[in-house]
Formats: sequence, structure tokens, C-alpha cells
Amino acid sequence: MLSAIMCLATGPARAGQTQLVVFAASSLREAFDKLAGQFKRKHPGVEVVLNLAGSQELRLQIEQGAAADVFASADRRQMDAVKAGGWVLEERIFARNEPALAVSSASRALVRSLADLPKATRIVIAAPQVPIGAYTAEILAGAYRKYGPEFQKKVEARIASTELNVRQVLAKVELGEADAGVVYRTDIASARTAIAAVSIPPELNVRAEYPIAVLKGSRHPELAAAWIELLTSSAGRTVLGELGFLPPTDDARKRP
Amino acid sequence: MIASPSRRSRGNLAWQAATRIPAALLVAFILLPVVALIFGTSAGGFMAGLRHPLVGPALRLSVFTTICSLTAIVVLGTPLAWLLARSRGRLLRWTELAIQLPIVLPPAVAGVALLFAFGRRGLLGAWLDRIGVHVPFTTAAVILAEVFVAAPFFIQGAVASFERLDQNLVRVARTLGASPARVFFRVALPLCAPGLARGAAVSWARALGEFGATLMFAGNMSGRTQTLPLAIYTALESDLRAAQALSIVLVAVAFGLLWAVHGSGAQFAGVRSREGGETVERA
Repeated sequence: MLSAIMCLATGPARAGQTQLVVFAASSLREAFDKLAGQFKRKHPGVEVVLNLAGSQELRLQIEQGAAADVFASADRRQMDAVKAGGWVLEERIFARNEPALAVSSASRALVRSLADLPKATRIVIAAPQVPIGAYTAEILAGAYRKYGPEFQKKVEARIASTELNVRQVLAKVELGEADAGVVYRTDIASARTAIAAVSIPPELNVRAEYPIAVLKGSRHPELAAAWIELLTSSAGRTVLGELGFLPPTDDARKRP
Repeated sequence: MIASPSRRSRGNLAWQAATRIPAALLVAFILLPVVALIFGTSAGGFMAGLRHPLVGPALRLSVFTTICSLTAIVVLGTPLAWLLARSRGRLLRWTELAIQLPIVLPPAVAGVALLFAFGRRGLLGAWLDRIGVHVPFTTAAVILAEVFVAAPFFIQGAVASFERLDQNLVRVARTLGASPARVFFRVALPLCAPGLARGAAVSWARALGEFGATLMFAGNMSGRTQTLPLAIYTALESDLRAAQALSIVLVAVAFGLLWAVHGSGAQFAGVRSREGGETVERA
């Protein structure tokens, strides 16, 4: 029985099959699922194993010695921590994301812009300890300056919960329990129910950078590099773009 | 016919090894992470963690909500357990089975189910919304989530305890002219008290550790819905020390609770905790 557990603990490696283990922030799920298929066609015999979780959890797993080849984080902070621990071989930004308001189907007529936020009776955001929550705090601080103390008082009174990850915020809006919440634009694109995306004015919005790195413990650094290359290729850009991700720099954005 | 003493002792030895080694392995496996948690935290780190701003409100909220939920569970669950233990009707057998469902439901699913019932668009919630009662994201939602996930543990213990009650005692009390209510309060309750208390302790521990359903149904708001487990998870995102300190507090409280009821409570009453009501009757 113990040996069976050991077997499970070392992973479902099949004989003769090479595995590329990719640790990725949960917001990358749809994009990486699609790209894994493309990668497999290019590299027959290689299996891409995705471990999707919050960037903070992934960082903890890497620091505890998890066997991973690639780490894609949803924010700088977690990547910097992994880097400071000496786990990173090479690193680059491969995409960016943009916070937006997710508005429930019942409230879409009421909340048409960030200035309308006080019209939502129940607002749900993420806790400041998680990346999207930190961005939300930054956006709200700017909005309070712009729209004044009345706006601030109403918004603060209507925040019902500070969720622990961005998908929890999205779930509350999808279920109609919250009228509005701040999530990434890509999350709204991935939602399967009718919720509206309301843009945050560019002068108040922030850009979330997604860094990716080949890890020092990687057993297949050349495959890991190939994965990053696929992400930054035009095929990779297309998949990421379709899901709402922005290219890593504004210059690239202007390119056709 | 009779085995020689040496062969018998060898057999005993083998049997002892066959039972004790797996037992020791499991005990070691369960205790190791808890011990690691305690040793992984320095005293300074623990104190610094305790002073983290999330800790105080979460501790108070956890104590308050679990007291409320446990009270509700005991007040409503004891009569239910009494009915279940004394009736053989088919409807009650099904009820007994159905009431165990929260034990097997994944907590996050339990949270979604509670939203479907009490949420804005929920079965009961839509109606409550019209009369101005909003349950989700309130302290009341935390209590409801705790009752939902923890009640089955109390009911299980209470039913088992009532079923062990010697029916002769009940019959004797009845023939001596005691009313059913008097039998319940003067005979059944005192004899079954240790079993009920054990059920309540397990139930309380479960309510204290409740995470998934609370997060889904009540959200995470410091001072209002952020209980200890939610504070631990929130702290984990930024300050590992605070998370460890809070975890140790939670382990200590839960262990103290279980010890109070299993260990001292039952032993002072002169009862081996495992046998509960039966032994009381013989005493």
C-alpha cells in the first residue's frame, strides 16, 4: 500500500513518455489547455502536465521543491519571490491582463461605467492579499479621488465580501449574489453565463503582467524554453488574444 | 489440542505486531503534520502572528458563531435524535439517512447549495429578499453554514447514545407513572448526557473548522464573516507566520475541546468514554 502511495506521489509518468510540467496561475487555464494541444502536435511523445492554482500556492510548492519545468505567475510579486529563492533560470513577461468590472445580468442596465458603481447594491471584490485584490484597491483609490467622498462612502458600504481568489469573485457575480465585482477581463470572457464586462477608465486602470520562467530544477529545459517560445509566437499570441489577454508590450499591440 | 505455551506466546507476539505496527503507523502519520506545524513556528513568530490584525476579529467571530450554531444544533437536534432513536418507521429511516448528506457533500458544493436555497435567486431566498431579509454575506450566513455541515455529527452521536439507553428503564419509569416528557428529561437525558456531549464536541470542532461552505455562502469579510479558517487562508496569501500562528490556535482550541469532553468529562463521571450510556446504567 505504501509503495502504491509512493507511485502516486511520483506522478503518473508512463514509460517512454516525456513530461513537461507547467505550473500556471489559474487564470491561464483556458489558454494553456489550448496551447498544450498545439505543443503536443509539434512535439510528439511529450505530454504537457498542467498544475493550475493560485500563483501564491504555486510559489509555495516550488519553494518546497515541487518538480516543475515552467512557472507562469499572474503577478510580479510571486515570481520575484521564486527568483529570490534562486529557483529561476530565465524569465520574461509573456502577456498582460486588465482588470474590468463584471456586472450581473440583472444589474447591467444600472451599472454602465465605474462611476455607476454606487448603484450596485452588493459589491464583491478580492482581498488585498491576492493580486487582483491589490489591483482593485489601487483602482478604487484612484476612483475615490476622481469621483469624490460620496462615491467612496457608498462603495465602501456596499462591499459585501473580500474573496480569496478572482474566480470566487466571478462566481458570486455569476450566481447573481453580487451585482458587480472587479475581475480580469479574461475571466469575464471565460464565464459561461451572461455577465457584462464594463471597462475601467484607462487613467484609473492598472496592467497586470504575467511573467513566465524556466525553473532551475527542470528536467527538460529545452522543452521548457520551447513552451515559452510557443506562448510568444504568433500562434500563441492569437490564442491568448482570443481569450482577452493583452500582448506584453504596447508596441506589440499596435502590430497587426 | 491445546497449543504449547511457547507456541501460543509466539502467536500472541505475531498478533500483537500485526495490530500494533499498522496502528502506530497511522497514529504517526496523523500526528506528524500537526507536530511539524508546531515545530515549524518559533515562539517569536507565533507571538508576532497572534498580533496580526486579522487574528482578533476572526477569533471573536469564530467563538461567537460556533456558540450560536452549536446551541441551534443541540436544541433542534436532540428532539430529532430522540425521535430517530425510538422509531422504526420507514420515513424516519430515510430521514436519518438524508440528514447525513452534508457529511459527504464537498463543502464548496454545500455552500453553493445554501446559496441556491437562501441566495437572492434561491428557493427561499427570493421570497426572503422581497420581505427585506438578505442572508448571504452576513454573520447569520456563517452560522447557517456551520449548522448545515456540523449538525449531522451531533445527530449521529445523539442517536447512537439514545439507542443504547436501556428500554427497561424507560418502561419502569412509565409504569411508575412518569409522563413521556418526565421520562425524557429525568431518565433519558441524564443517562445519555456523556454521549450527547461527545456528539456536541465533535460537532463543535467541525463547525470551528468549517471553511468551504462559509467562503461560498457567507463570503470573507473581517469582523463579519471571516472566521478563523478563512483568516488562516487569507493570511496564507501574505503572511505565512500569521497563518501558522492561527493554525496552532485552532489546533489547540479544537484539541482542548475534544479532550475536555472525551477525557476529563467522561472520566470524572466514572465512565469509560467508549461505552457511554450503557456503563452508566450499570453503575
